[in-house]
Amino acid sequence: MNAFDPRERPPLISLRGLRRFYGQGAARVHALDGVDLDIAPGEFIAIMGASGSGKSTCMNIIGCLDRPTAGSYEFSGVDVTRLSNDGRALLRRNYLGFVFQGFNLLPRTTALENVELPLVYRGMKRAERERRAAEALKAVGLEGRESHTPGELSGGQQQRVAIARAIVTDPLVLLADEPTGNLDSARSHELMKLVTDLNTVRGITVIMVTHENDIAAYAGRKVVFADGQIKSDVRVAA
Amino acid sequence: MIWESVKLALRTIRRNVLRSILTLLGIVIGVAAVIALVTIGEGAQSKMTSELSKLGSNMLIARPGAPTSGPPTGGESRSFSERDVDALRNGLTGVRAMAASSSKQVKVIYGTASQDTQVTGTEPSFFDTQDWAFTSGGTFSESDARSGTAVCVIGATLVRELFQGENPLGGIIRVGAMPCEVTGTLAAKGQSAFGTDQDNTVVMPLRTYQRRIAGSTRIATIAVSGINQEVLPALQSAMAEILRETRRIDPGEEDDFTVRDMTQIAAAMSSTTSVMTGLLGAVAAVSLLVGGIGIMNIMLVSVAERTREIGIRLAIGARANQVLLQFLVEAIVLCLIGGLIGLALGYGLAALGALLLGIPMGFNVTMAAVAVVFSAVIGVVFGFFPARSAARLDPIEALRHE
Repeated sequence: MNAFDPRERPPLISLRGLRRFYGQGAARVHALDGVDLDIAPGEFIAIMGASGSGKSTCMNIIGCLDRPTAGSYEFSGVDVTRLSNDGRALLRRNYLGFVFQGFNLLPRTTALENVELPLVYRGMKRAERERRAAEALKAVGLEGRESHTPGELSGGQQQRVAIARAIVTDPLVLLADEPTGNLDSARSHELMKLVTDLNTVRGITVIMVTHENDIAAYAGRKVVFADGQIKSDVRVAA
Repeated sequence: MIWESVKLALRTIRRNVLRSILTLLGIVIGVAAVIALVTIGEGAQSKMTSELSKLGSNMLIARPGAPTSGPPTGGESRSFSERDVDALRNGLTGVRAMAASSSKQVKVIYGTASQDTQVTGTEPSFFDTQDWAFTSGGTFSESDARSGTAVCVIGATLVRELFQGENPLGGIIRVGAMPCEVTGTLAAKGQSAFGTDQDNTVVMPLRTYQRRIAGSTRIATIAVSGINQEVLPALQSAMAEILRETRRIDPGEEDDFTVRDMTQIAAAMSSTTSVMTGLLGAVAAVSLLVGGIGIMNIMLVSVAERTREIGIRLAIGARANQVLLQFLVEAIVLCLIGGLIGLALGYGLAALGALLLGIPMGFNVTMAAVAVVFSAVIGVVFGFFPARSAARLDPIEALRHE
């Protein structure tokens, strides 16, 4: 439960007239066709829609992995579309955390090392890195599994490692792209409890793409995409 | 960051041990070949240089036999006579020392020990022409030389083999059938360029040798040592002129003797060796290039295989340059490992070769450093293209890659 009304704070993420086209001429595909969206700090927002609706494209642009063809994207007042590749890499490194459907952990690398990775790119000292990574693993309930490799962990545990990796840098935003897509129902709900905790306790803004209604129900706001545009944007009382 | 990259590279290399070894092989063989060939070549050359100094300085050697009839045999051709030697002695200027000599293989006995030895009959000045020092005693006198006394000077090998710790001075050895008193011992010279032991020798007055050992007055060699390098060409032609006159060779007729500048021969041999070393080194360098292409190939495969990993790294905040660095460091580490193994292998082979060929082996620090640096450069050159293609990957595409 949020202790504040998100609508009263200036937006952390602000999309205006966002368009993203792929291809040229007749083969041109309008993945996003004029999207306006404000996300306030501390929100937990679920992005839904059929495949091809543009929800993943929107997620990639918010995550600074992709650039819009037209329109503006401001992150905390900074125009992201004007940033260089390195600038966007720094933004990802310092403010964003990613969780993917396919976990995307480095194989044959221990959980601790996987979680340490974003800190390595920050140039943090080894001892400090290990301390913070162990802390993050503890926060997701994986204490004692530090030296396990992804192959030795269950799907649910792997996704927890991925979450630990995403939050070890204390990001402002957690971007989750169908985080429960590869998990069974029980594991999915356990994971969502963890994500909800991160949102409420740590105040991390969560943006989650999903196509499951019961997963989306954890979010305080539900945005539905269709044909590259926002079809509905509903705030639900938690 | 670099240290992290090195650790990561080492881990990746360990994970694909077989593939890494196969990739390294090209570099290993290339570096080993270059090191081994150049080291052996340098050894051969330094041996050549030391031979050169052993020959005696600024020495011209006249031997019977025409220059065109191959190496002088001294056997069938008309040998030199005392008249030839006297004519040279009186007619030449710029001579530091001059000695006529003849040699023969003879058994030498002292007590119960015996040894087949090169016995040379010559003049007292022989030791000057050869720059040969004495460790004890001295040369036989001019009067001994004239009267043909049974005295001799022996080489270091004979001192060791025959006298075995006894003082050889004043000892009587038997040279063939002739008892002979030792008046001096010579400093060790080691092996000659042809592999014979130069210290296994007995030197006695020419007359003694002619009368008591050879039984003929033939002179096989006339050695002339010039006062310096510059006089040698003039000295060489003057010798030829005088010898043609005393030996009554008509103008237009070929010489029946040869005058050689030993320094020139040795220098020519030495430069041939260095050309060979350079050529072989160049061939070996080509294999290094091939090894580098192997590295590039494997790095490209590695980038393709790890596309997803690169996507993950980019998503969690790696900059393109950091990905570039990672793959570049991996290529460099791979090449450096190959270079170091090659270095060890190369020196191992060189040591073996030096042992078999009987040449000295030097450890050339500069070359070792160059080989290692060059390996790293190969890593940079051939690792850069694959690393750049990794750094340029689109993170979304990379993450989707299966």
